Amino acid sequence: MKRFIVLTVLILTFISGFAFAEEAVNPPAPSSTEQAMPAQSSTALVAAPAAPAPRIDTGDTAWMIVATAFVMLMTLPGLALFYGGLAKRKDTLNTMAMSFVTYCIVSLLWVMYGFSFSFGTDVGGIIGSAEKLFLSGVGVNSINDLAKTIPEYIFVVYQLTFAAITVALASGAYIERMKFSAWVIFSVLWMTLVYVPVAHWVWGGGFLAKLGALDFAGGTVVHINAGVAALIGALVLGKRKEASLKPSNLTLVITGAGLLWFGWFGFNAGSALAANGLAGAAFINTNTAAALAAISWMFTEWVHTKKPTVLGLASGAVAGLVAITPAAGFVNIKGAMVIGILAGIIPYFAVATIKPKLGYDDSLDAFGIHGVGGMLGAILTGIFADPAINEAGKGLLYGNPGQLLTQLIAVVVTIGYSAVVTLIIFMLVKAFVGLRVEKDHEITGLDESQHGEKAYNL
Amino acid sequence: MKKIEAIIKPFKLDEVKDALNSIGIHGMTITEVKGFGRQKGHVEVYRGTEYEVTFLPKIKLEVVIPDSMIDKVISTIIEKAKTGNIGDGKIFLYSLEDVIRIRTGDKGEAAI
Repeated sequence: MKRFIVLTVLILTFISGFAFAEEAVNPPAPSSTEQAMPAQSSTALVAAPAAPAPRIDTGDTAWMIVATAFVMLMTLPGLALFYGGLAKRKDTLNTMAMSFVTYCIVSLLWVMYGFSFSFGTDVGGIIGSAEKLFLSGVGVNSINDLAKTIPEYIFVVYQLTFAAITVALASGAYIERMKFSAWVIFSVLWMTLVYVPVAHWVWGGGFLAKLGALDFAGGTVVHINAGVAALIGALVLGKRKEASLKPSNLTLVITGAGLLWFGWFGFNAGSALAANGLAGAAFINTNTAAALAAISWMFTEWVHTKKPTVLGLASGAVAGLVAITPAAGFVNIKGAMVIGILAGIIPYFAVATIKPKLGYDDSLDAFGIHGVGGMLGAILTGIFADPAINEAGKGLLYGNPGQLLTQLIAVVVTIGYSAVVTLIIFMLVKAFVGLRVEKDHEITGLDESQHGEKAYNL
Repeated sequence: MKKIEAIIKPFKLDEVKDALNSIGIHGMTITEVKGFGRQKGHVEVYRGTEYEVTFLPKIKLEVVIPDSMIDKVISTIIEKAKTGNIGDGKIFLYSLEDVIRIRTGDKGEAAI
């Protein structure tokens, strides 16, 4: 416990010191020069005369404020309920706490340095600059070039909610055996060392963006990233003593899934960063893919096990939402349908056959659904991206086979980076505070041992 | 006085309760329990993973009766709880030291 506090204080002091030094040396820089971003940006990749000066659009701003709140809802309580209800009764609170505390930690770190290193001026294609540490230079009237019609503050918070849920997603593979202190430190390190760079590479003007990788709302940055981290962590943590799925409350799981679907409209449609037709396209693609994936999963399960579970409906919907995430603002309705149908089938088998065969204990299928679903969506984006929907995206079916290769590169890079750095982070956390709880505590439950609380006082 | 503990299949509870009421037994306690005998467990699949389900849900029914009713109660329970398949359950018969009604302090058969 002492080592944990020392480490946290050290990290925060280091960052603060760095921030103040930076401000003294470098006066806050003006907004980054215009870059055409193929995702999460209101600019299309079009050769145009000098763009008009950024101006706040009240419609866009109103929508993005709402979209931000929608995405926040996805973590709290969406993911908390979805995961919490799936956990065993003795571990429910701890599972929910992982999402809760992560949202709070990321909320802090994002405004301290996360935003700056993700979306600051590009340095070598690898990372953003430190010019906006503690949001210095960002004021009430600031506008970021990546979101030209909304206040920069909104853009900051919107991106914050993405960072938060990405970290929280990984927790699904770690539940029921991970020390809470280890999770807290992991959250800090993973957001900093994995999420921030990858977000920069794809959305902040980094090398994957320059390569032309398409990721509308976070197939690589969020889902593959978190999914791979989930797998690595599950392997390092090892199997639970009781690696069975005994949901404490499936009604909460369904509620959580519903909230996730609802919030995902902010996640995908909001990634248009404007209240416009592209947001509309993303919205309808999202709903379609989710619904089709739920049905597709349901039928797949029905055939495979004779009984379509309600958990399957929820899982299918989430898989569809994951898969459509990179594609939402690039594909047309037919593309969304194909993505939805495949998202109900491939992740299903990843969960139902591949996982048992390979034997890793990804408790809540964070890799099976987010990792595999994200890879599926990212690759299919390279096939189905329709320039009629978004000029910035042209896939294989529209005469651009190179896009598929670009997508594959982005996927492989994300997988590789996330895997390696997550492994290093786990080794670090293990050395500092240890990873797993005591065997007895695992059996009696983490709510008791980590929090001294009971979810249900029956 | 005797105490009867019967482990029966859950869906048989209403039938057994009604039958016992009709022969004059008006008090009983039930608990939801899990157990196995020869029925053992079976393999279930959930979300792709196979589980050995060893303990099966049952109802434990406890009823205290005067000696004169032993045979009647046992045969009633057997008649109503039986399906002919394994897992129908068991009946345990215990001798009882005493029975006391809390409200009045009555003892013995008067307290049943």
